[in-house]
Amino acid sequence: MGRDRARLITASAVVPVGFLGLFFAYPVATVLWRGLGFEGDVALADLLGSGRTRDAVWFTVWQAAVSTVLTVAVALPGAAALARSRPRTQRRLRALVTIPFVLPTVVVAGAFAELFVRFGLDDGPVRLRHTVWAILLAHVFFNYAVVVRTVGSFWAGLDGRLEEQARVLGAGRVRTFREVTLPRLRPAIAAAASIVFLFSFTSFGVVLVLGGPRQATIETEIYRHAVLRTDFASAAALAVVQLVAVMVLVALANRLERTRPLTQRAGHRPGLRRSRLGGAVNGLGVGTLLGLPILVVVERSLTVGDRYGLTNYRALGTRLTMLPAPATTAIRNSLVYAAVATAIALAVGTIAALVVVHGRGALRHVLDLGLTLPLGTSAVTIGFGILIALDQPPLDLRTTWWIVPIAHSLVGIPFVVRTMVPVLRRIDPSLREAAAVLGASPGRVRREIDLPIAARGMLVGASFAFAVSMGEFGATAFIPRRPDTLTAPQALFRMLSTPGELVRGQAMALAVILMLVVAVAVLAIESVRGSDEGTF
Amino acid sequence: MTRPIRALVSLIAMLVLAASCGDDDTEPAAAPSPDEPVTITLLTHDSFAVEAELLEAFAQETGITVELLSSGDTGQLISQSILSAGAPLGDVLFGVDNTFLQRALDADLFTPYEAAGLDRVPDEFEIDPEYRVTPIDFGDVCINYWTAALPGPAPTSLEDLLDPTYAGELVVQNPESSSPGLAFLLATIAGTDDWEQFWTDLRGNGVSITPDWESAYNGEFISGGGDRSMVVSYASSPPAEVMFAAEPIDEPPTGVLLDSCYRQIEFAGVLAGTEHPEAAGRLIEFLLSKPFQEGIPEAMFVFPVVDDAALPTEWAAHARLADEPHLLDPAEVEANREEWTDRWVEIVLG
Repeated sequence: MGRDRARLITASAVVPVGFLGLFFAYPVATVLWRGLGFEGDVALADLLGSGRTRDAVWFTVWQAAVSTVLTVAVALPGAAALARSRPRTQRRLRALVTIPFVLPTVVVAGAFAELFVRFGLDDGPVRLRHTVWAILLAHVFFNYAVVVRTVGSFWAGLDGRLEEQARVLGAGRVRTFREVTLPRLRPAIAAAASIVFLFSFTSFGVVLVLGGPRQATIETEIYRHAVLRTDFASAAALAVVQLVAVMVLVALANRLERTRPLTQRAGHRPGLRRSRLGGAVNGLGVGTLLGLPILVVVERSLTVGDRYGLTNYRALGTRLTMLPAPATTAIRNSLVYAAVATAIALAVGTIAALVVVHGRGALRHVLDLGLTLPLGTSAVTIGFGILIALDQPPLDLRTTWWIVPIAHSLVGIPFVVRTMVPVLRRIDPSLREAAAVLGASPGRVRREIDLPIAARGMLVGASFAFAVSMGEFGATAFIPRRPDTLTAPQALFRMLSTPGELVRGQAMALAVILMLVVAVAVLAIESVRGSDEGTF
Repeated sequence: MTRPIRALVSLIAMLVLAASCGDDDTEPAAAPSPDEPVTITLLTHDSFAVEAELLEAFAQETGITVELLSSGDTGQLISQSILSAGAPLGDVLFGVDNTFLQRALDADLFTPYEAAGLDRVPDEFEIDPEYRVTPIDFGDVCINYWTAALPGPAPTSLEDLLDPTYAGELVVQNPESSSPGLAFLLATIAGTDDWEQFWTDLRGNGVSITPDWESAYNGEFISGGGDRSMVVSYASSPPAEVMFAAEPIDEPPTGVLLDSCYRQIEFAGVLAGTEHPEAAGRLIEFLLSKPFQEGIPEAMFVFPVVDDAALPTEWAAHARLADEPHLLDPAEVEANREEWTDRWVEIVLG
């Protein structure tokens, strides 16, 4: 029985492996091969010898590491708050914190820049503008949700009795957290941290706009060489450096995550005591960090000349001359792309997660690593790869409608996998054994034990996949499309490249609508299961 | 969709569907006789826009259906086209400008076509004697200023920018990442005796650098809420400020420093490897036709190249072009670009 099941799971690995192979590994390998073919070995040697590249590699790694540590530190109290709140509040909080995720970097960078000016942080004794601090702050803003939601959902499912026992035995609150709770959270923290790291590692707009003209990362250097200099050899060499770095770091994170935590039995409320003061400080701090930039965008969207009003919103249905379609059409396009991308990410990601947890042999490690790589790969590499690899029948897919949601799902899949795997690993084997002893077929065990428990992780992953797709800009820009299929972020960017107060205001209105759409969609996705309380 | 098996089935269905869509789009057509309806693809950047009715009228008249395919900005478009030269994405490319032109020509992207419509185009725009590309529109990249916020009289020359009166007032884009930024660097190379000294002095006068147009114009320039009164933008920005003002205004709040302008000319060309060279040629003629040319300003914020196209009201009233814009030979730009931008980085950011 067990063997059949393992075989079935291993066999179904063909789906994620095939998908990843066709739409990621093959295109990336092709573009690197082609790029390095232009005397890439020479370029690689030259680049590694150049101070500019070494600086970029070093800066990329350390700013991503610091961004990750900061995000985890800032978000852990939030995760705790999420874990101990009532299911309905949980759903609302989760939808709320996902909002920053969908904002295009150009909008966020603008909002941060304005905040710096308003609070006198653009110049003077405490200067944030054009410093690495601005980059780190923006990375925390963007990635807060990843940690809060991944860790928070996992935390909510932990058995709180262990903490209670520790407290009864005399351990203080801090010691209980450090020695009882934290070790059990480790898989979820590792999963979230690796995603945050990769996002910060490949961050593009934030580094360029907020970091100032002197900051360069591997990502911005790849763009500079490939797009502005048409120096494909150097770009490919840098892409190889990026890929190797990502592989090493993800392998490390995966090792951390695989450490098996104690298994859980019943679903008691986690043993977290509410500290009023701590809660208030945390809420205030996070509310400021996440809320202020969003408020700036909302305020700008409501500003019409010297007054406030809804003119900018009303105008969105009318096509501006520089757009191929009205902004409302762009929102609809984005919604359809995001729905399809989420469906693909769920289908491929769920199978992949099952293989990673229950599969046999090296396959699962390779898959775990491979599925995460797209997060850490430059949009230039993926975009150009699809362009030159998928260009011959029967695989001439580069200009089909599907290639956009497929490219988006490459980023969504790791979210589904990373949020499901820790949850699946946590399932107590004795539950399954008990069901089997009581006569349940392997299929029924999976249907009635594994999936309901995994559903929570799956829905978290799905809402991220949706938000990522709604906000995606970089890779989409590299895919040739019919102009009227433009996405909302593309329309927004196009509007922001035109002078005039009216277009700027409408762009901000579009950004606000984008945020609302994501908040509502996340709420809807996660109410599919109604209540989180039936998890066990 | 929770069960792996069901997911698997639907995924495969999806992929099959995706693959079949791909086949539809790229059916290799037999060489058509001139009057048979054909479909050709115009490959362009995201800034391209055209009224759908114009393309419909063109299809009615010629039997040629034009499909549009756009991707990224000019830099992305050109590097994509060079990478996919063996299997081009379209039949005609629109959107290569004179700063990228030589790179596209060196990569043999185009096949020559001498357009009949060129007789209405002034000679100054016809840069390629071999007709591999045809000029379609042009614009000037110039310093714009917010008239009411200038600390002194409006500057009239590049040298004026070094005046201490304007210290801390100018924001420009990094030529390594921005197309107007590169154009302005080229303007200073063409328009000053010693451009390296000019930038050294400009740095001394507190010039600010942004990576792109958006964070310069919408961020640091007064128009978008910043505190600097001068920015590198386009000659077409003042009419846009009028067209997209929150409250109707008669005069643009901004002016243009005409001595700082670099001319950008955008070209279209028939892509080498097209199976429909004849239809591709007719599309080039369409791009030079009066109706298309007259729609260019409002759709793309640049000027038509033909001499018989009328400008929209706001443009006729508020758009000013330099009489003697700066311009460098595309081959010279291509040969020196990296050296120039590297040197610029050393001087301004080093």
